[in-house]
Amino acid sequence: MESRCLIAKRVAQEFKDGDLVNLGIGIPTLAANYIPKNISVTLHSENGFVGLGPVGALVDRDLTNAGGQPASISPGGATFDSALSFAIIRGGHLTATVLGALEVDQEGNLANWTIPGKLVPGMGGAMDLVVGAKRVIVAMEHVGKGDSSRIMKKCTLPLTAAGAVEMIVTDYCVFKITSHGMILTEIAPGVSLETIRAATEADYSISTELKEMAV
Amino acid sequence: MNKVINLTEAAEHINDAAVIMIGGFLSVGTPEAIIDTILEKNVKNLTIIANDSGFPDRGIGKLVVNRQVKKLVVSHIGTNPETGRQMRANELEVELVPQGTLVERIRSGGAGLGGVLTPTGLGTMVADGKPIITVDDKEFLLEKPIRAELALIKAARADAAGNLIFRKSARNFNPVIATAANIVIAEVQDVVPVGQIEPDEVMLPGILVDFLVMVREEHHGK
Repeated sequence: MESRCLIAKRVAQEFKDGDLVNLGIGIPTLAANYIPKNISVTLHSENGFVGLGPVGALVDRDLTNAGGQPASISPGGATFDSALSFAIIRGGHLTATVLGALEVDQEGNLANWTIPGKLVPGMGGAMDLVVGAKRVIVAMEHVGKGDSSRIMKKCTLPLTAAGAVEMIVTDYCVFKITSHGMILTEIAPGVSLETIRAATEADYSISTELKEMAV
Repeated sequence: MNKVINLTEAAEHINDAAVIMIGGFLSVGTPEAIIDTILEKNVKNLTIIANDSGFPDRGIGKLVVNRQVKKLVVSHIGTNPETGRQMRANELEVELVPQGTLVERIRSGGAGLGGVLTPTGLGTMVADGKPIITVDDKEFLLEKPIRAELALIKAARADAAGNLIFRKSARNFNPVIATAANIVIAEVQDVVPVGQIEPDEVMLPGILVDFLVMVREEHHGK
């Protein structure tokens, strides 16, 4: 399985019937393709609606997802203004947010909005999402450009939020971030513990119940 | 009171160095015809408060490309490379604000409040220099209210009293900025007689809208 799809498939296993979830641009968006058919998960789009559906055949210039791509609203969805959209986000109404990262660290700090001097797109809604969602899941390829580790002891880039990340899903493994530190809980098929060790700067322990990712 | 004006009359309200809020999210729900009028009038040194800086050829981005903007207060500039270029060249001041904080700062400005206490940005550079206030053992950042001289919004339909209906994801910042500016001009596709929009259907009350500009043809901008 292609690594981006593997990550997306594993992320989708976290969703439960009735959840309200916001999926970031890129790999997180792919998770929508793997939501089990027997549960109902509502997707939140921070530009102002719930019930984000697939891209429709007809392009409506008044309807895009938060990445600006043509989108659709599923039956039962609802539209609203940006103030209500972020009240939903910060007010504890969002079950989970899934985002990519430039860096994430063993204390659950997340950096995903700027590389000073190089890339300054702005934080958009990311800071509110990671502070407000009940669960923050980072979904990304384990190794960044240039083979550098992106799972660090301490983030070096400006933070999006401190101590917010609960879970990291990569194409190599799953980490959970707990009050007892970062724990390796699942390992992707065909990936060795040595590979993970070599590609991870952060300190972590290995769960006594370590298992293979069911993807 | 007749609220319907044309684009030329709308332009009379838009002057050099104005502080303007503009609706839209990646140019969806941005009053594109009014933006083109600002381009034509070529006013300078604008301060624009909006969700993002659009694209180089769509929405607020066109004003950036045309060098009419002195300062941007936005949550995101990633879709307009020209914004980043002018910022790095110190030709344009950009204040980046988390999206949910930005909309609440505007909302509080329009609601007569002294700002908003939010957990967003704690522990990040967004918190630099801002008071942290503890309420019931939980820390919050104090973010100040924002107002503007002018709000330029877009809606799908209006009645002659200025009551507005928005469509789908084109609502976004539009109804919120309409509360926080001294003058509000709405670009609408249709204006119907009073009474044709039921009170329960109204998404933004007309008392908050000073002028309506009807742009019947779907305006595709530059």
